[in-house]
Amino acid sequence: MNTNDILLAVLVLIGAPIIGCIASGIDRKITARLQGRVGPPLLQPYYDVKKLLSKDNMVVNPSQNFYVVVYLVFIVLSLLMLVFKQDFLMIIFVYTVASIALIVGGMSTGSPYARIGSSREIMAILSYEPVLILYALAIYLLTGTFKLSAVVDASSPLLVYTPLIFIAMIVVLNIKLKKSPFDYSTSHHGHQELVKGMTTEYGGPGFATIEIAHFYEYVFLTGLIFLFWASNPIIGVLLGIIAYLLIIVIDNITARVYWQWMLKLSWSVLLIISIVNIAFLYVSGVQLA
Amino acid sequence: MSLAKSPWIIHVNVNSCNGCDIEVVACLTPLYDAERFGVLNIGTPKQADIMVVTGSVNYKNVNVLKNLYNQIPDPKVVLAVGACASTGGIFHDCYNVVGGVDQVIPVDAYVPGCCPRPEAILDGVVAALSILENKKKGNIKGKEVKLKGNEVPSNA
Repeated sequence: MNTNDILLAVLVLIGAPIIGCIASGIDRKITARLQGRVGPPLLQPYYDVKKLLSKDNMVVNPSQNFYVVVYLVFIVLSLLMLVFKQDFLMIIFVYTVASIALIVGGMSTGSPYARIGSSREIMAILSYEPVLILYALAIYLLTGTFKLSAVVDASSPLLVYTPLIFIAMIVVLNIKLKKSPFDYSTSHHGHQELVKGMTTEYGGPGFATIEIAHFYEYVFLTGLIFLFWASNPIIGVLLGIIAYLLIIVIDNITARVYWQWMLKLSWSVLLIISIVNIAFLYVSGVQLA
Repeated sequence: MSLAKSPWIIHVNVNSCNGCDIEVVACLTPLYDAERFGVLNIGTPKQADIMVVTGSVNYKNVNVLKNLYNQIPDPKVVLAVGACASTGGIFHDCYNVVGGVDQVIPVDAYVPGCCPRPEAILDGVVAALSILENKKKGNIKGKEVKLKGNEVPSNA
């Protein structure tokens, strides 16, 4: 590891939450404008986190704090692995550990609301994980390796050969960002809700940690979309931004669905279009130049 | 300043006629748009700063109110919205009514009226914010209220 790598890592650690915070603020601003409101300031998520950090930390049991820290660490780790172009399959596994930590944290509180939220999040993992694995498989078929450096260094974009997986990944992004119509594991900000699902029993610094982890997660998930056109970074970033804006619009025009509906959608439509794409790659034997 | 920029409220209805509740909800609608001040109506007491209580307290919900109050992390303030929450209102001498919210938990600000206009409620929230900042500076902790109080009669 040379000086440049350390510099890049520090840049990601500091820059990612700032980008994520602004992205979250843009989300709240656009949501407000679509509803005919003025909306909070752009830096409102930053004020929220700052306030939460200054409050008392009330926990049901001490292990709750441990699980949120595990969640944050593994999200940051998966983002760093993505930036350093590591093994894509490994990134998915590390990312899953982060999601599991949040679920176990919710389960450990014993609150019925947190438990319902956690079990619904398990259903979300069950529905998006196969699509992510097929995405990794597509990268393997196209480049002969799971290493992301092969995708980034290639001269032609991934999207040309994997348009169907791209569509599936947009829905996965929607599920992962916990936006409507898939926002049942934790109700999103600004909605008037009875409870907050998985995060019901978190307050103060513990909840702030979850928010900061979400900022990193925003960057990580748009990074997955960026990979589809990584050969030209500018188009890749644009693709990520467009996907994010699309999801904000979808969030505002749809209502919440049953988790059964999501499972049916992902295990029938998303899996089938992904497998069709994989079959095409396998039969034609194209390689990413 | 950070507290004043993102006050999250929890709305508690103790025996209200629903008149004050719809006025509180009106504050969150696009017309008044409380979110532009960073106000969020949060569902869980663990994440709230301001407790907005509507209605007069009766013997059945005394412990619910105390339980919710104890679960809000410090610093916190309580805002009594409406005549019933302030004094008991027209229900003050009913046989099942304890009285205003201040009979059970410490109240920091009152918004009188039956029912108060959304502007008045937003004014109350802004008044509560300065109290919240002072509590933060003076490091004033909320009083822990006992769940089984004297105000619950044995036959309730």
